[in-house]
Amino acid sequence: MSAPAAPATGPAGGRSRFARGALAATAIAYVALLLLLPLIGIVTKAFQPGISIIGDTLSRPEVRHAFLLTGIITLITVAVTTFFGLVVAWVLVRQRFIGRSLMNAVVDLPFALSPVTVGLAAVLLFGTGGWFTDFVSARGIQVLFALPSMVLVTIFICIPFTIREVVPVLEEFGLDEEDASRTLGASIWQTFRRVTLPNIRWALLYGVALSTARSIGEIGAVLIVSGTISGKTETATIYIFSALEERLEAQAHVVALVLAGVSIVLLIGIEWLHRRNELARSNT
Amino acid sequence: MSGAAQTVSGRSTARWAPHRTAAVLRHLGLRGAALVYLGAMVAVPVAAIVTSGFGDGFTSFRTALAIPYAWTAIKLTLITSAAATVINAVMGTLIAWILVRYRFPGRRVLSSMVDLPMAIPTLVTGLMILTLYGPNAPIGKFLDRFGIQVAFTWVGILLALCVVTLPLVVRQVQPVLLELDPAEEEAAATLGAGAWLSFRKVVLPAVRPAIVGGALLTFARCIGEFGSVVLVSGNIAGKTLTAPVFIYQLANQFRAAEAAAIATLMFTISFVLVLVTARVTRRVEV
Repeated sequence: MSAPAAPATGPAGGRSRFARGALAATAIAYVALLLLLPLIGIVTKAFQPGISIIGDTLSRPEVRHAFLLTGIITLITVAVTTFFGLVVAWVLVRQRFIGRSLMNAVVDLPFALSPVTVGLAAVLLFGTGGWFTDFVSARGIQVLFALPSMVLVTIFICIPFTIREVVPVLEEFGLDEEDASRTLGASIWQTFRRVTLPNIRWALLYGVALSTARSIGEIGAVLIVSGTISGKTETATIYIFSALEERLEAQAHVVALVLAGVSIVLLIGIEWLHRRNELARSNT
Repeated sequence: MSGAAQTVSGRSTARWAPHRTAAVLRHLGLRGAALVYLGAMVAVPVAAIVTSGFGDGFTSFRTALAIPYAWTAIKLTLITSAAATVINAVMGTLIAWILVRYRFPGRRVLSSMVDLPMAIPTLVTGLMILTLYGPNAPIGKFLDRFGIQVAFTWVGILLALCVVTLPLVVRQVQPVLLELDPAEEEAAATLGAGAWLSFRKVVLPAVRPAIVGGALLTFARCIGEFGSVVLVSGNIAGKTLTAPVFIYQLANQFRAAEAAAIATLMFTISFVLVLVTARVTRRVEV
């Protein structure tokens, strides 16, 4: 069997080099068709009406407010999901209790829900006849069509990211270092700050970056709960959506370009963090 | 494994006997915080959807599905999602293979491009597709001459889904391929196996769970996708209206119960898939 294989190396080698080239070309063409071309498309489209449209759009008060609102929602979301994400990850890895696997499943729930469904849930909870409508309106809090509901739905969608990044790293590091630190007299807080946090920091930051990207880009859920009040409850993505409906295509393209730019910067950060995270994990 | 962890933590609490009560309280406090957070933020909203969907038994399901084109929207979503899943399972595996095994200029750029959909807002993705394949766009016009329409047809929906879910299979398969020993493939090659045969017999069995896991995640993501699809599909009822956009329209018309019924239906399908994925991928890690 090996005898016919040996002389065949020549032509087979050429054929396999050709096959490898064809495979690589297919993959690159697929990615280019799906992503590179559309990216070039939106850049040219945004600049098409002339450079001045960029300044004009970005100086509009409703556009500035939209970016500000996206920033606020993202900040609150990332702060909440990072802090509580750490708590949940810790409890999932370090504690054994009845219902732990249920908790594990609940963490994955947001992956299974359409953003639209998440927005709908907020309407069912805080809209007319909702579960909590009387409770919040008695206290004079406007939840629906206002910032609170927009923050709540975004948090829901971002919950799994931090947890799913931190859990495997916590599992890998185990308890030895923490136990050593505690026996040497360090307090819980010192142990967390000096031992646990440095171990998980890259995974944590990676989770933060993913949550940030998702918060900035969220549309389905916030669109339903926001009521799309221009200059009030419009985020950057909602601005694009309503600008397209009002046929303000140039403005929509400029805002989209800015968001694309932000996400590419974020992506570079994410890639770097990912590499650091893998490096940190392979060193243990 | 859970037993081992239990003894470890049990021993460590015993060691600090004076602080034992404090430690137990801290444990319970953290667990309580985690339960309250997940309960309030995840379980309650999901319960609201499901109870509202089943509000009057199956009545809201029946009325929701009786709305003209409701079934068409669900079917369209399931079919385009399944198609996108198959395409990205094949192409994702191919891309992961090339990223791991080939060295060529631009490999890093290709790797970054694959991750782009994780960072870029889905609505922007939809807009990007429209600027390129729309009726007045360069490629759109060109394809139109051959009678192919992308924007406002199922082709556009499929394209949007493929873009948005591109990283999922790649990022599941890539780490498994990285760990695979090339010696096995080399052994297969020395024994006379062609590239395709050694891929099928050596590589594929190792990466199959990762492909399946990535594909299930892709499908779950597809049937909920809104941002990119809403712009590309044109939302023509009975033709290009997908289930998530349909839910959005119902919610906007204050028909929350019917929206919840359809949402419950879609959610059940995708949650079962996510649970299966968790099982499959966990087996990969072990």
